[in-house]
Amino acid sequence: MPKHTVDQLETISTQIREDIIRMLEHAGSGHSAGPLGLADIFTALYYEILKHDPKNPDWDERDILLLSNGHCVPVRYATMANVGYFPRKELMTLRKLGSRLQGHPERTRLPGMETTSGPLGCGLSQACGMSLAMRMDQTKKRWIYVVMGDGELDEGNVWEAAMLAGKEKLGNIIGIIDRNNIQIDGPTEHVMPLGDLKAKWEAFGWHVIEINGNDIEAVIDAAAMGRAVVDKPVMIIAYTIPGKGVDFMEYDFHWHGAPPNHEQAKAALHELRTLGGKIRSEHE
Amino acid sequence: MSNLHLADITGDLEQEPIRKGFGRGLLKAGQLDVNVVAACADLTDSTQMSLFKAEFPERFVEIGVAEQNLVTVGAGLAAMGKIPFVSSYAAFSPGRNWEQIRTTICLNERAVKVVGSHAGVSVGPDGATHQMLEDIALMRVLPHMVVIVPGDSLEAERATLAMAKDGRPNYLRLAREATPIITTDKTPFEIGKAYVYEKGSDVTIITTGTMTYQALVAAEQLYKDGIEAEVIHCPTIKPLDAETILKSVKKTGCVVTAEEGQVIGGLGGAIAELLAENFPAHLKRIGMLDHFGESGEPNELLEHFGLDAKHIRLAAHEVTAKKKSE
Repeated sequence: MPKHTVDQLETISTQIREDIIRMLEHAGSGHSAGPLGLADIFTALYYEILKHDPKNPDWDERDILLLSNGHCVPVRYATMANVGYFPRKELMTLRKLGSRLQGHPERTRLPGMETTSGPLGCGLSQACGMSLAMRMDQTKKRWIYVVMGDGELDEGNVWEAAMLAGKEKLGNIIGIIDRNNIQIDGPTEHVMPLGDLKAKWEAFGWHVIEINGNDIEAVIDAAAMGRAVVDKPVMIIAYTIPGKGVDFMEYDFHWHGAPPNHEQAKAALHELRTLGGKIRSEHE
Repeated sequence: MSNLHLADITGDLEQEPIRKGFGRGLLKAGQLDVNVVAACADLTDSTQMSLFKAEFPERFVEIGVAEQNLVTVGAGLAAMGKIPFVSSYAAFSPGRNWEQIRTTICLNERAVKVVGSHAGVSVGPDGATHQMLEDIALMRVLPHMVVIVPGDSLEAERATLAMAKDGRPNYLRLAREATPIITTDKTPFEIGKAYVYEKGSDVTIITTGTMTYQALVAAEQLYKDGIEAEVIHCPTIKPLDAETILKSVKKTGCVVTAEEGQVIGGLGGAIAELLAENFPAHLKRIGMLDHFGESGEPNELLEHFGLDAKHIRLAAHEVTAKKKSE
């Protein structure tokens, strides 16, 4: 049973986007486009999909969420704060000296952060190791979700892991590719064409589901469909809009690795609070 | 030294590849602890993981020729409470996958046991591509990483058992060729400890791995030359046993180091750093001097690159002469 209505979840994802803008403005550096594009997926994960307990991050029956593209961690921090892992005011410490919220995530600093990441291509293989360990122990079924970027698929390590998961039929792994078509140097299809991703993952022995990654309901449904496939790993190719929710950031690869300045943040927050001008902001 | 229960190096010593000891140690560690698991990158026999695989097939993972995946899968296994030993040739692991070891094992504090076999020029005919010489430097520089280079197959076995109980990331360096067994079943091994294998007061010879036997042979010859050499076997390069080393150097005032790898960043580098900050002394470092190896027979190569008792003896003469001329 869903715990929230779609309207409630969309309100939460907007709140997460606002937090991302405020965090990045305050930090003065960081990535904007990816985290904004992933807000709906992270809302779906933490509010509906994952079995987890913010008050007991080490719960041994929890599902595991690996963020392989560590540069998108602002969306994870914002979602974790909103769902109760730590106070929202701590979000403003992002990238500051002594903060638990490092520029790229570090497991040993923040409870609930399942692994340290940033250098790309390492999440899926850690998921393979976790899944293999669970199989050796024959533990109760736990799901391992791995969020990856599409530019990240340039890394050879990803495909090494893809082969192993396919060979070993690691059926409790569900990958989610943030297919937003941009990376630092430009559109993915110019930098390094990824081509027919569905066919590629299927060729490696994966079950593939393609969805609109900015449709929260579609994300929840895809995860449920993914859990029904137990004899293969599952890859959800989630087409997202980079910079989603802030019109001057959407689809623009220049926002991949840049934060908003004060004026841009103000404009972005206004747009998010008014749902693109559809409603009045209570803050203004 | 009698309390170390060493073999008599003047007699006929049994020979065995150091990696064989690892294979036995891993099997024993697996028998002792159900959480010990293993993964290999298509070199299961060569790295001697085959013994473990035969007894515990369900706790063994064949990764294929994919060393980046090898160590990151290891990090995932460790995340679930496993004690993963992951092996390949040292040239490939940690040669190829250094960043994955840095991020997902060291920074991430996952106690993965990285085992690099076929290190050093004594790999022989395979040539420079396969003769890993930079692994000690690569691993030593990483925070949280422990670096272990056993001196014979028996010590490799003891080291492997100790690693299974050590809660930190570890790197174990193994050699391919059969080398003399200089310890016995009773010789102690503890991670982080260096051992005085031969007592002397004129010069300190600090060695690791296969070079320790060479140093013991050199010490015999030096004794006849009228020089009493103290030989310190240093199987753990990080953390370095500064106390044992400095105690000896304060007595002898001059030092020779020897290793089958690059001196830059290796044991020689580590000792030079230690002495420079604590007790500057005359120092001569034997090892690979900023160049690669090449094809050849193992013993031929060791002599060619000056990695033998003869060169250790010459170096000991050189530093003792410098000390006397002061």
